[in-house]
Amino acid sequence: MPRIAMRLGRLALVLLCVALVSFGLMMLSPIDPVDAYLGPQVAQVSPEQRALIAERWGFDAPPAVQFGHWLRQLASGDLGWSHVYNQPVSEVIGQRFQRSIVLLASAWLVSALLGFALGVMAGAKEGSPLDKMISTYAYLTASTPAFWLAMLAVLLFSVTLGWAPTCCAGPAGVLDQDVTLTTRLHHLVLPVATLALLGIANITLHTRTRMLALMRSDIAIHAFAQGAGRFDVAWRHGLRHASLPAVTLAFASLGELFGGSILIEQVFAYPGLGQATVAAGLRSDIPLLLGIALFTALFVSIGNLVADTLYGVIDPRLTTGGS
Amino acid sequence: MITPQPRLRAMLSLSITAVFIGGLIASQWLLTDSVQRMQFGARLAPPSLEHWLGTDALGRELWARTLAGLALSFWVGCLAALLSTLIALSLAALATLSARLDALVSLLIDTLLSVPHLILLMLIAFALGGGTQAVIIAVAVTHWPSLARVLRAELWQLRQAPYVHISRALGKSRWFVLHGHLLPHLLPHCLVGALLLFPHAILHEAALTFLGFGLSPSQPAIGVLLAEAMRYLNGGYWWLGVFPGLGLLLMVLMFERLSSQLRRAL
Repeated sequence: MPRIAMRLGRLALVLLCVALVSFGLMMLSPIDPVDAYLGPQVAQVSPEQRALIAERWGFDAPPAVQFGHWLRQLASGDLGWSHVYNQPVSEVIGQRFQRSIVLLASAWLVSALLGFALGVMAGAKEGSPLDKMISTYAYLTASTPAFWLAMLAVLLFSVTLGWAPTCCAGPAGVLDQDVTLTTRLHHLVLPVATLALLGIANITLHTRTRMLALMRSDIAIHAFAQGAGRFDVAWRHGLRHASLPAVTLAFASLGELFGGSILIEQVFAYPGLGQATVAAGLRSDIPLLLGIALFTALFVSIGNLVADTLYGVIDPRLTTGGS
Repeated sequence: MITPQPRLRAMLSLSITAVFIGGLIASQWLLTDSVQRMQFGARLAPPSLEHWLGTDALGRELWARTLAGLALSFWVGCLAALLSTLIALSLAALATLSARLDALVSLLIDTLLSVPHLILLMLIAFALGGGTQAVIIAVAVTHWPSLARVLRAELWQLRQAPYVHISRALGKSRWFVLHGHLLPHLLPHCLVGALLLFPHAILHEAALTFLGFGLSPSQPAIGVLLAEAMRYLNGGYWWLGVFPGLGLLLMVLMFERLSSQLRRAL
């Protein structure tokens, strides 16, 4: 298993770089963390008190020392304290991610399955009306801003038709424990649909290209000569052939999915990790922002790792053929 | 599907886009004041002959603001795409110099790609304190890796090309090889790469501004217009949300089409 060990080592190295880069960016910021922490109360605090807070938090140390301190805390599992939510950062991320993962996972599944199916259908018969429809749809959604689509969905389905709620993960004024599963699902439908709709395009276009290549290959010509129909070839050869890029792409696009979820959660006021990210950024909650950056980097890197590993599982030639 | 005359089609696309951009820039010359002019008699007026795309909560004409927003997006996108291409080109060139530098550049690429784009954009915009400059730099810094990979692969291949070897053997300087042989070969890649980056750049700029990290709320950027529209969504003022987004989508589609046709023609 030296390959896996090498990949894990690389993962750790990349995460360290992410920590370094994001910490460096925070140090660059002109926003003073003490001011951000105090908020409007800054007027009531004397310069001596401010200096005391800064000293207590270790802001008087050089950046390298601060970074080392932060890394040591990270290693012991302490991500710091979020002043926006008044909770430890790890708790905020944990709670918020539980909400987001429902949204992310369902949108991811829907977009992967639907995107793959549409791509196979479009690629099976090049130039057919179905192909043209699907490709046009994919090109259109590939260039649509995610948050705009979400706004249109709210306008159409919530405001005009009244089918779905406009916001949040549950009705306002109801305690979190009392929300039933159906209401929860009802609140999820629109965010999941908009998030999935955007993810579909990428997978569809790649699968379609792969299918087109297959349909022109010797395998397909041979099958056609034996009397197989187009959909027969697509079913027997196409699915296997096109599943490789689709699976890799699905795992490799986790970052984009997460980016989309930030915007979608903002539009639907869905209390997930994306909304917390925006709040942390706008209200200068540096520990939370750093924690989220690291957490999402881990999330995306694991996605890439899985994609790389699955590559070998789906197509064993790739692992045995090489060095 | 082989298109009959890819060059002709690309020219057509190019001229349509040029006319559009020319119109957009000219409109900013002509409409200096109507973007911010408030008409308190016509607040939140729906689209009509008098108010083409309706008006916002302060009675400002939406069509003028949308045009201004698109022009702003265009400039931001242009600068960001240009900067990004320059970064990609220089880092790709750096990577070909030695194996160690190559490893460093690819580590940098991996690092940048492992953080979701939007989060990285937020971090950079936060670090630079927001504003137009911060958005341009943030978008430029996050979008170069994919182009850099392409250019790097291309450069590695080119270095093995016989004419480069011959040129070296004839005693030409590194600089001559670089700007006489390699650069002309890479320019079309850069052009197409920059054009491909452009739509992403505008979309990310709009998203960043929409979330409140980008251009200041007093500027009529598309992201600002849409963020304003969010507040009036429940009232059914649909035109505030629909038209700016539609304008952005049209612009993105136009550039997407242009870049795909240019790629085929070149």
